Amino acid sequence: MPSTRTSGRTRRLAAAVSLSATVALLAGACTGTDSTGGSDDSAGGKDVTITFWHGWSQDNETGAINANIANFEKLHPNIHVKVVANISDDKSEQALRAGGPDAPDVVSSFTTDNVGKFCDSKVWTDLTPFLKKDGIDPAATFPAPMLKYSQFQGDQCSLPLEGDAYGLYYNKTAFAAAGITAPPKTLSEFDADAVKLTIPKGDGFQQLGFLPNYHGYESAPSHYLSQWGATYFGPDGRSNIATDPSVTAMLTWQKNLINQLGGFDKLEKFRTSFGDEFSAKNPFETGQLAMAIDGEWRTASIADDKATLDWATAPFPVPDALASTYGRGYQTGTIVGIAQGSTKQAAAWELVKYLTTDTDAVVSFANAIHNVPSTIAALNSPKLDADPNFKTFLDIARDPNSTTTPASINGGAYQVSLQNLGYDVESGKQTDLAAGLAATAKEIDAAVNQAK
Amino acid sequence: MALALGSRKAAATAPTALPVPPALRRKRRREAARTLAFLSPWLIGFGVFFAYPLLSTVYFSFMKYDGFRPPVFTGLRNWTYVFTDYPFFWEGLRNTLWLVVVMVTLRVVFGLGIGLLVTKIRSGLGFFRTAFYLPYLAPPVAATIAFAFLLNPGTGPVDHYLGKLGLPQPGWFNDPNWSKPALTMLAVWGIGDLMVIFMAALLDVPTEQYEAAELDGAGPWQRFRYVTFPNISPIVMFAVVTGVIQTMQYYTQAIVAGQVASGIIGGSGEQFEPGYPNGSTWTLPQMVYNLGFQRFDTGSACVVALILFAISMAFTSLLLRRKSGFMSVED
Repeated sequence: MPSTRTSGRTRRLAAAVSLSATVALLAGACTGTDSTGGSDDSAGGKDVTITFWHGWSQDNETGAINANIANFEKLHPNIHVKVVANISDDKSEQALRAGGPDAPDVVSSFTTDNVGKFCDSKVWTDLTPFLKKDGIDPAATFPAPMLKYSQFQGDQCSLPLEGDAYGLYYNKTAFAAAGITAPPKTLSEFDADAVKLTIPKGDGFQQLGFLPNYHGYESAPSHYLSQWGATYFGPDGRSNIATDPSVTAMLTWQKNLINQLGGFDKLEKFRTSFGDEFSAKNPFETGQLAMAIDGEWRTASIADDKATLDWATAPFPVPDALASTYGRGYQTGTIVGIAQGSTKQAAAWELVKYLTTDTDAVVSFANAIHNVPSTIAALNSPKLDADPNFKTFLDIARDPNSTTTPASINGGAYQVSLQNLGYDVESGKQTDLAAGLAATAKEIDAAVNQAK
Repeated sequence: MALALGSRKAAATAPTALPVPPALRRKRRREAARTLAFLSPWLIGFGVFFAYPLLSTVYFSFMKYDGFRPPVFTGLRNWTYVFTDYPFFWEGLRNTLWLVVVMVTLRVVFGLGIGLLVTKIRSGLGFFRTAFYLPYLAPPVAATIAFAFLLNPGTGPVDHYLGKLGLPQPGWFNDPNWSKPALTMLAVWGIGDLMVIFMAALLDVPTEQYEAAELDGAGPWQRFRYVTFPNISPIVMFAVVTGVIQTMQYYTQAIVAGQVASGIIGGSGEQFEPGYPNGSTWTLPQMVYNLGFQRFDTGSACVVALILFAISMAFTSLLLRRKSGFMSVED
């Protein structure tokens, strides 16, 4: 029955084609970022409404950003901004994947580690043409570390929108009781002070000078490594942690300090008695720790929590061999960009430009949320919060030796690999540092290759 | 000739050779359409929520796909990466299998034990049923956070009282040797679902069989072995199979316990790593999240999802092949 066979074959073929088409259609739907990009008529005065998604959620934060938006709308009466707060990266990524009219035009993120992916995938558009059009020189406008964490391989797909800097917090009462007259500047001074400030109690501590363990809230490997100026990747894009002596030096210093303060197990047990990092039970605020590495936001938290301790801030100490670089610190922050799929990019750029480069806007927002301002002009503005403890972080942000973690194509995966090695080293699970670093570098390179 | 006659006879008797009256054809078509219409809710659900995701997972496992750009075919690269270079895979697989073997076994044993206990209680039955069932209703995140605080080695009451009794004070969620047992304790605490199922099965065992066994001089263990267990074995089988599937998908409690115990919130320069402490709570579903959403490697995430599916299927098939050993006496 040739005709029956033909008809069966045709049906099967039709079914296969339909199935393939359906699969392709549905698979295509998952990748449906609108790439029309584009111009709108906002420059010509036409009314345009853009959507801005950001992650701030506290009342003072949303109030401050809304005030900035109101000022922007006064300056640009034809551009209206619909603001959506409390948005995580996962949510904005999902919306940008889906595209369409409900997707945001302007997006911000707290995770500078994700810049590599935002730029590489072109989901956030390259802002270089906009910067050039308006004659903005990024290098003259933004501090170098902030410019570094907002771009990936020359693609400036985001701009810094307020920053964070890390320094040393110390308890002045504890310092006086231990006979310490000034904050330490080098790590050898720091280690000696940490030991002097430690008061044992039973099998724990009444007061610990400093908790060097990598799980001690902000005492992460990347935050320490800024004091050495580690670069993480070589010019060829491959991990250089096995050949960069600063990584070995940091891991060795941290492990030695752990040993001087009583050993890993004892410190870990003490760590589990800490309250939440972002609460009045923070161990520095309760007096459990005499020194801590933390960001500039803690200056506001200590006041909000009405902590009774007498405290001050200083740059985190540097290795003895790099004493001349004292004043540096780790920097990160919030970034903002424009969705590649936005059809209102001209209006979106006006908002991004205002939020990131208007000195008054940057300063007022920084003062309101106690962040480090993200432009050189704003850092030098007389309108900035004059509190000396906060000023420490402004100085760290201005310091030419301050560094950040570089953007990578697979986000912060390289930091996780390094952290995991750090955990193994501090706990004594990994004793062969050279072998551990070589294996970790290999792991990082394999992950980066996989993402390319 | 005989062959030709036979062929003709066969052709003549073949049902396809008979012309189908148009009315009958229309009737058959209407019946088929009606059947399809009744089946359509299931067919649509099956297609959208099972067949399409499964097919697309297979498809994406051979693609480089970051969720933003169109996928690009890369052959077996994702599979090779997961098996040879992804640093957490084997550890996560070992942890998941550990949980499947220990957690499922203990949940079934304790669920059955509590079920037996509750069916034997003569007074305060309502109270005990409620007391044992309530923990199951606790939201997983809230229950895990509560356990993390109770078992905190520095401030938790459990270690405090263990110390007072002169007993060892484990690090629980902070100790790689104790983190999985602590998760198992949490799972056994929420045993209410299995208790209810086993209780219903136990109450369904015919009392005459117990009476007959007693007349034959059977003791409590023999009554359980030869009367109770054969009657409830299909329910045991159900509990094991669903337990294995649920444990293969174990995600929330492991990641929440790890995050609370590590104290790391995560952010730039400080990444929260699932699996705390020392990778001891990594499970395969967390890897799907890690690869797909933290590393933007949807292709490799699909590979892990397929491995998860294959292992679940293998376990289920293995258990179903042992079905004869679990048949109830009525079967």
